[in-house]
Amino acid sequence: MSAALGGAGDIVGILGATIFVAAMLIWVERRMLAIWQDRLGPNRVGPLGLLQVVADMIKMFFKEDWIPPFADKLVFVLAPTIVFITMLTGFAVIPFAPGVGIIDFNFGLLYFLALSSLAVYSVVLAGYASNNKYSLLGALRAAAQTVSYEVFMGLSVMGVVMLSGTFNLREIVEAQRDGWFIIPQFVGFVIFLIAVIAESRRAPLDLPEAEQELVAGFHTEYSGMKFGMFFVGEYLAIILSSAMIVTLFFGGWLGPWLPPLAWFCLKTGVGILFFILLRGALPRPRYDQLMSFGWKVMLPVALLNLLVTGAVVLSLQS
Amino acid sequence: MMLILFYIASAVAVFATLMMITRLNAVHGLLYLILSLLAVGVLFFLLGAHFAAVLEVIIYAGAIMVLFVFVIMMLNQGQKTVDQERSWLQPATWIGPSLLALILFAELLIVIVLGGSAETGQLVDSKHVAIALYGPYLLAVELASMLLLAGLVGAYHLGKPMIKKTWGKKS
Repeated sequence: MSAALGGAGDIVGILGATIFVAAMLIWVERRMLAIWQDRLGPNRVGPLGLLQVVADMIKMFFKEDWIPPFADKLVFVLAPTIVFITMLTGFAVIPFAPGVGIIDFNFGLLYFLALSSLAVYSVVLAGYASNNKYSLLGALRAAAQTVSYEVFMGLSVMGVVMLSGTFNLREIVEAQRDGWFIIPQFVGFVIFLIAVIAESRRAPLDLPEAEQELVAGFHTEYSGMKFGMFFVGEYLAIILSSAMIVTLFFGGWLGPWLPPLAWFCLKTGVGILFFILLRGALPRPRYDQLMSFGWKVMLPVALLNLLVTGAVVLSLQS
Repeated sequence: MMLILFYIASAVAVFATLMMITRLNAVHGLLYLILSLLAVGVLFFLLGAHFAAVLEVIIYAGAIMVLFVFVIMMLNQGQKTVDQERSWLQPATWIGPSLLALILFAELLIVIVLGGSAETGQLVDSKHVAIALYGPYLLAVELASMLLLAGLVGAYHLGKPMIKKTWGKKS
């Protein structure tokens, strides 16, 4: 089977659940950050503040959806949808549990890399179309950052590919029955984690929208639901990233006692909380620090990891 | 079914490429070029070369075109460049090359119609690509790597004196 499609129920269920979780993350993130910083967070609307999401949505829908007269209108409207669509289609290859998933594609891992590199167009085009200096600076940062970190994001997962001998995400999970890949590929895991944060432009690596320097970076001119698309797109990126980390390094759906789907969701949830904790815990580096760290530290380490993994795999085979 | 999909994707690719050439705004042109590359990716997928399809998207659409957009965005001068493009895109300039290209296209059509099917009918795995690259085509891979090394040395050479000059001026 090269590209087997899941059932219609699977497709609707997975996409619906992902969008729902992404929306709920708006509340989860604010609430968890507040708890970690000894505050209360949004707790007024509904039980525990759970309806805060609804309140936010209503606010966003009724805001004026303004397109600046100096903007490149077509591209301005197109830009926010790109991140939303690429991140949502990224979930197609995620193996949630045996038999649960949208598509079983032989190059699932490469498909994920392709979509994450396409997602950068959203930010770059938003910055260009806004015709605003701050937006343009944010977009330039985003383009440079994403292209650099993409290089070793691909290299860091090649260790996993070598150990499992396949690009198929289902087979990668099956290959971890005897032990999760985080143990032999710890270096690869750390590099992949940092690269994924840089790719999804999350704090602490959110230089393209560093609000102290660039107002709001690439989405300075966006309001209403167009801004909402960027917002939800970012949360979709977080969910997709933690799902990929779980699949590649933490054994996917494998685990004792609980059903496979529950294990997958549990691990992904822990990953998402870790992303939120990082935002609360780490300061933002300077932009030149980010770039030189990428090229001078991460790239050599990723190549070295590849070399050592290859040598060990070859010596074990012979 | 596959044949219909193939022709739809080809039509998208050709149309996007035409639009890319005729756009006055450079970024709009690039957007069409990206679309054209994605359509070529779909073509590869339909022909069974899944690996080539994904690489097409990662490398061309995802990396090289981002750099193109990056540079054009930095040099963006708004309406002035659009007017300049308009003055360059006179019928007198493009009719000659288009006629010549049309002859090539007609030849290609004749070859395809006479030559029969172009279906490959097999899936190309990443392993097959790797074995081919590091087996019979090893020399080509080495040559490509030498070319890239020359490019790297050139970029380093071009980039270095600039840094020194700006440093010298400031201090």
